[in-house]
Amino acid sequence: MNFSSFLLMRQEILLLTIILLLVVAEISISQSKKQSIVHLAIFLFGIHTIVGFFTIETSSLFGGMFHTNNLIHFFKNVLNVGVFILLLQSADWLQEKVVDEKKGAEFFILLFSSLLGMYFMISSGDFLMFYLGLELSTLPVAALAAFEVTKRISSEAGIKLILSAALASGVSLFGISMLYATSGSIYFQDIALIISSTNLTILGFVLFFAGLAFKISLVPFHFWTADVYEGAPISVASYLSVISKGAAVFILMILLFTVLKPLMHVWENIIYVIALATMFTGNLFALRQQNMKRFLAFSSIAQAGFILLGLITGTQLGTATIIYFVLIYIFSNLAAFGVVQAISLKTGKENMNDYEGLYRTNPNLSLVMMLALFSLAGIPPVAGFFGKFFLFTAAASEGYYLLVFLAVVNVTISLYYYLLVVRAMFLRTSDQAIPYFKNKLYMRLGLLVTVVGILVLGLYSPLYDYIFELSKNLN
Amino acid sequence: MDILTLFIIVPIITIIALVFSKGLERSRVVSMIGSIVQLGMAINLMFAYFKERAVNTDIMVFTKDLVWFKNFNIHYNIGVDGISVALILLTAIVVLAGVFISWKTSELPKEFFISLIVLSLGVYGVFISIDLFTLFVFFEIAVIPMYLLIGIWGSGPREYSAMKLTLMLMGASAVLLVGILGIYFNSNADGGALTFNILDIAQVHIPLAAQKLFFPFVFVGFAVISALFPFHTWSPDGHASAPTAVSMLHAGVLMKLGGYGVFRVAMFLLPAGALHWSWFFIILAAIGVVYGAFSAIRQTDLKYINAYASVSHLGLVLFALLTLNKIAWNGAIIQSLSHGLLTALFFALIGMIYGRTHTRDINKLGGMMKILPFIGAIYVITGLAYLGLPGFSGFVAEMNIFVGAFQQNADTFNRVLTILVVSSIVVTSVYILRLVGKIMMGPLETNDVTDLPKATWYEKTGILLLMLPVIGIGVAPFWLSEMIMKSLEPFIQGVL
Repeated sequence: MNFSSFLLMRQEILLLTIILLLVVAEISISQSKKQSIVHLAIFLFGIHTIVGFFTIETSSLFGGMFHTNNLIHFFKNVLNVGVFILLLQSADWLQEKVVDEKKGAEFFILLFSSLLGMYFMISSGDFLMFYLGLELSTLPVAALAAFEVTKRISSEAGIKLILSAALASGVSLFGISMLYATSGSIYFQDIALIISSTNLTILGFVLFFAGLAFKISLVPFHFWTADVYEGAPISVASYLSVISKGAAVFILMILLFTVLKPLMHVWENIIYVIALATMFTGNLFALRQQNMKRFLAFSSIAQAGFILLGLITGTQLGTATIIYFVLIYIFSNLAAFGVVQAISLKTGKENMNDYEGLYRTNPNLSLVMMLALFSLAGIPPVAGFFGKFFLFTAAASEGYYLLVFLAVVNVTISLYYYLLVVRAMFLRTSDQAIPYFKNKLYMRLGLLVTVVGILVLGLYSPLYDYIFELSKNLN
Repeated sequence: MDILTLFIIVPIITIIALVFSKGLERSRVVSMIGSIVQLGMAINLMFAYFKERAVNTDIMVFTKDLVWFKNFNIHYNIGVDGISVALILLTAIVVLAGVFISWKTSELPKEFFISLIVLSLGVYGVFISIDLFTLFVFFEIAVIPMYLLIGIWGSGPREYSAMKLTLMLMGASAVLLVGILGIYFNSNADGGALTFNILDIAQVHIPLAAQKLFFPFVFVGFAVISALFPFHTWSPDGHASAPTAVSMLHAGVLMKLGGYGVFRVAMFLLPAGALHWSWFFIILAAIGVVYGAFSAIRQTDLKYINAYASVSHLGLVLFALLTLNKIAWNGAIIQSLSHGLLTALFFALIGMIYGRTHTRDINKLGGMMKILPFIGAIYVITGLAYLGLPGFSGFVAEMNIFVGAFQQNADTFNRVLTILVVSSIVVTSVYILRLVGKIMMGPLETNDVTDLPKATWYEKTGILLLMLPVIGIGVAPFWLSEMIMKSLEPFIQGVL
């Protein structure tokens, strides 16, 4: 391995360095100054995020096991930005609750390890690397979900996640072995040439798909979602719903659009059905949720259903709109989770009716929440509208008008429950409204970044043009 | 800055100024200044339009075209014709009147005025857009503030009404989205690139099958906001719960977007679809006209009466558009303007009466002319204009519609429907005259209301702002007719 191959893997190596630095810091920093680990981690990761924006060459390493190009690099950047915002939003929680339990560095190490797994998963050039990445990205999150060991519900979330994730990845691995059996290779390049739609291949594909569908929490593989989100610390729930889901969508897209393209006549039907099931299930279950975390869990299931509308196309337009949508979704959902996190941290309240009258006492938080929800619902001029509109355009470009119609029906359903939160915050007044509080700097910064993203990402069209150009790398 | 983009910029500046202003006094002054500037711009636009029209024969004038999303061929593409100019003027008038009428908003005044201005921003945007995508964006921007406006400042079952209204209108616009995508992906039927540009698409021969398929989507998507039967149910509840200025803006301006969209998008871009489907939708529109009028008779709440009357009158606009006839179309546009002004007047007056007597029940009101002479007199005039008395705008509009619908190349089916619809005029007279007779002229219902406060200066200003154009259109409809007729030409060539 020479220096230039180091440069190609710089995201991975840099992140690994940060993880090791944090281990050193954990040992060397005295107990009284442990708070500074949070600052250190955010600072290091900020640098990492910025370094990621330098462009990269198209190349592959380790005999094709690892490959990278500007598009894959961009995926990693999207994830980096998401994680960075997430860190800003969790800083207060970490400083107030976690560091005192001597687990500050652990949180970062686990989180970054999981992110590292996602890097490898996205960059993988064969199924072995893919599987390693998948496992590395999932296992630390299970530990994170059980992070609040004193809470029974948190441990329960961790166990639920690890058991179902293990099953899912086992099923996925079984599917991969079938694909290997029919094509004789685990390298994506070889498989793409050999693969044909025999029964065994299709069975293999379906099993493999189930494993990833679990990570994206598509129906019918979604049952873990609400329980885990509710039990896990909010930062972890937010990580699961945004970063973990985004990474899985990216790799699924890469695989479907390149390696498994010959099976398109099979997977487009599967995705059609799953898209409908996911949208309707997510939206209809979200209608009655009272707990904000469960509410956002079902909302994020529904959003995953919308993403499938782009996935079904298999075209460059589909790729571009999915990336664009996921990017916007990261900002919108992080904004929503950020507000939930801020309120939960100060008051411990997580139910929708606790939010009644919030605008009268905390106007800024309510406005952030409203923008986030409008963006998730797809109301112009905030970014979510553009993301959704373009996704629908992509689906319509392939003639899926009925699917688009059913999707817009779902948009209307989703608007109802998003408005329920707006109703609680703006329309209602309450004697027990959450009193005014001021967030700390990190949280305010974290929310500010998301708000800027929500307002700008949609209206600023060169971004989409850039993503569209990048998408050529895939198709 | 070009003359049209200012209609986007000025509201945005007003909103920013409002964000930084504290309290009722500042907010209302800021929004008043903003709205006056808008009205000034609208009047200026009208004169500029006349000047430009004399030398420029394009369909749209003052056009400006900026590329927005180049991969989708989405442009920020604006321009106006006579119809848009007239509707922009209407909007500016109603918004300013609305600001005056809400002079005393005590709860969260800043937020109220911001929502109001956002709504007007969306409406202006729709009227100046030539690009379907930007039009759709502005359309949704205009709808969503209604949720907060009714939900926060409304009365009665406000949460229910706000939710119902928002969901029905946003649901409609979701349907519209499918229609717009259908148009977009057929806009290359003649070999060109895909485009959202309305003027370019109008030149394209969209395949008949696509026109037939997507016309209902586009038509229903727009017509729901014009209270097309049976999708009108949001309207009475929404109007009844909304605060006065919001009812004014909503019935006066927002509901006009429906007719405008039907005309500008559905009929202009999918003419064959319109021909194919008009028989079906014209029946719905006719039912709406008659049903709305009869429902209004049975209501006892002033706002509900007016809301159903709006269903009836806007049904008339849709009816006129669906007759596919030039004179009727002219009538439809004038009806839009006339109804916008009159219904805004009505809601303003109802708001004033309610503010003083704290009831909108006609059984509890009577003899208002004795105690509130100014409001009473205007109410009577508005009522007469509403039922189509010559000399006011309503007459000009309805005359055009019925003459057009009956006279030119109409078959038996259309004529029978027209006769049916004409009967609604009689019903309108019944409920308006009964209303005027009962609450204005009738005996005083209670004796303890004799010393109600007189109309204040801001109320009078708001009322006069709306009243003058009503009389203006009624007395001298020619200039308006001419402005509209000329702009109708290209549409007529396309559709008829």
